[in-house]
Amino acid sequence: MDLRTSVGSLVLDNPCILASGIMDETGEGMARILRSGAAAAVSKSVGTNPNPGHANPNFIEEEGFCLNAMGLPNPGIEEYAGEMRTAAACGKVIGSVYASSPEEFADLAGRMEDYGACAVELNLSCPHAAGFGMEVGTDPLMVKRIVSAVKDAVSIPVWSKLTPNTHILKDIGKAVEDAGGDAIVAINTLRAMKIIPEFGRPFLSNRFGGLSGSAVRPVGVRAVYDLYSTVSIPIIGVGGICGYRDALEYIMAGACAVQIGTAVLSGTDIFRKVNGGLTDFMREYGYPTIGEMVGVAHE
Amino acid sequence: MNSIVTVTGKSDFGDICSLSFNWDITVGPGQFVMVWAPGMEEIPLSLSSVGDVKSVTFRIVGRDTEALRKKGIGDSLSIRGPYGNGYRTDGSRRVLVVGGGIGIAPILPLMADGFDTALAARNAGELDFALPAIGKAAGKTWISTDDGSRGFCGNAVQLVQEILKEQEYDEILACGPEVMLFFLHKFCVDNGMKCQMSLERHMKCGAGLCGSCMIDDKRVCADGPVFTCDEISGMKDFGHSKRDPCGTRVLFR
Repeated sequence: MDLRTSVGSLVLDNPCILASGIMDETGEGMARILRSGAAAAVSKSVGTNPNPGHANPNFIEEEGFCLNAMGLPNPGIEEYAGEMRTAAACGKVIGSVYASSPEEFADLAGRMEDYGACAVELNLSCPHAAGFGMEVGTDPLMVKRIVSAVKDAVSIPVWSKLTPNTHILKDIGKAVEDAGGDAIVAINTLRAMKIIPEFGRPFLSNRFGGLSGSAVRPVGVRAVYDLYSTVSIPIIGVGGICGYRDALEYIMAGACAVQIGTAVLSGTDIFRKVNGGLTDFMREYGYPTIGEMVGVAHE
Repeated sequence: MNSIVTVTGKSDFGDICSLSFNWDITVGPGQFVMVWAPGMEEIPLSLSSVGDVKSVTFRIVGRDTEALRKKGIGDSLSIRGPYGNGYRTDGSRRVLVVGGGIGIAPILPLMADGFDTALAARNAGELDFALPAIGKAAGKTWISTDDGSRGFCGNAVQLVQEILKEQEYDEILACGPEVMLFFLHKFCVDNGMKCQMSLERHMKCGAGLCGSCMIDDKRVCADGPVFTCDEISGMKDFGHSKRDPCGTRVLFR
């Protein structure tokens, strides 16, 4: 069985990638995940300036889901150079960036290319950062301008991570494709809230956060299915993948690779476990390659 | 998942405060919780008692601990956890427990379990909060203060050296300021002793996901906070640097 897959021109040893925001604030954190069986790691979303993110509490785990409002903490693109170089020395690293304008996105993406990123992922989807993320990523025209600007600025593949918090996901996906985007990553977290009844107020300091974990998987699978029927560029599926069968749902909906984030809660060996499960499944069901399974649910 | 617990006991010793509460969950010595109430940021605190009644003991160092200190009997707290790996004790080794400053709080459960304990602080007043536990300790206890105002005059490492002149131990379990742990770890390595030490970094999720509390490639929250001598020996950041809330590396000196 061959676990290799490709996202456009980027060839991966297996379909499992570390999702942005998980253990990737530091180069050594990403390096550890790369040693743990992930084919690639996406960096923390990095902006122009240092950002401490939102105050605690900014995370809570419940049965079947997590809620977070980290608020895009990062040391700024200048300082992040060392982290990228440490990680890139250990494997494939995709540099995630967030910005509020096409020019700023282009500048950050260029820096990530300089730092050794094998692709850049545009954060057009964080649901809890004012002026960034989904606030720029739910307007197809803006998305088109951002992707175009970044495409002009770098020679590495440009991935766009999209939000499910919209009724025009297909339009946004089309905008990415029209602008020359190389791949779409779907989905980011769902905008959500938790209230503590005893205190009569939201738990997260930012009030709103992003929902992740098993609970969002059906939304993510649907999003990938919708996008696969709309665009012809590669799709990377993410959202609630906790085991190989979850990864298969995304692949059969149309994803050529997947990202895993929240399931790192169960251990950093999640990447090996998913890859092992995929290998066994492919043998039993007669799929020689990942590619043979991509999008089969549409047939 | 967080639990909402009710404060059932409170004690104040100078700038150190202890809050106790009933929380029906199994916790090991050295594990920690994320504590929050409206009006403060959520903070990580190791438990200072782990029986049927749990407690957290903290020094007032800023806005959040000041807000937490204002809580009294009957008030509610949000508790997430328990998180992390605590101290591992299987009875096969002769253990000396060492606590320094407010780092004494997390080792109080070990003292309650009957282990011999060395307590170090800058002055006598900083040890007041531990006196009730010392009074009830089944194992031996030693005390040192930097200024000599109570017990042996010297720091934690010097106290341990004194103790080892009269007692033999195979392993040291410690919690305290990183500078103390740095020299205590060096002492253990130089003298062929095992150790386990509880380390600290700026913590956000507490559960092993966000990566804000990394020391090298280890997450203090999920891989620690208690690390073994060998794990610590491999850490370039230990005693050298930490990360600020942005993730920027900050050198200790």
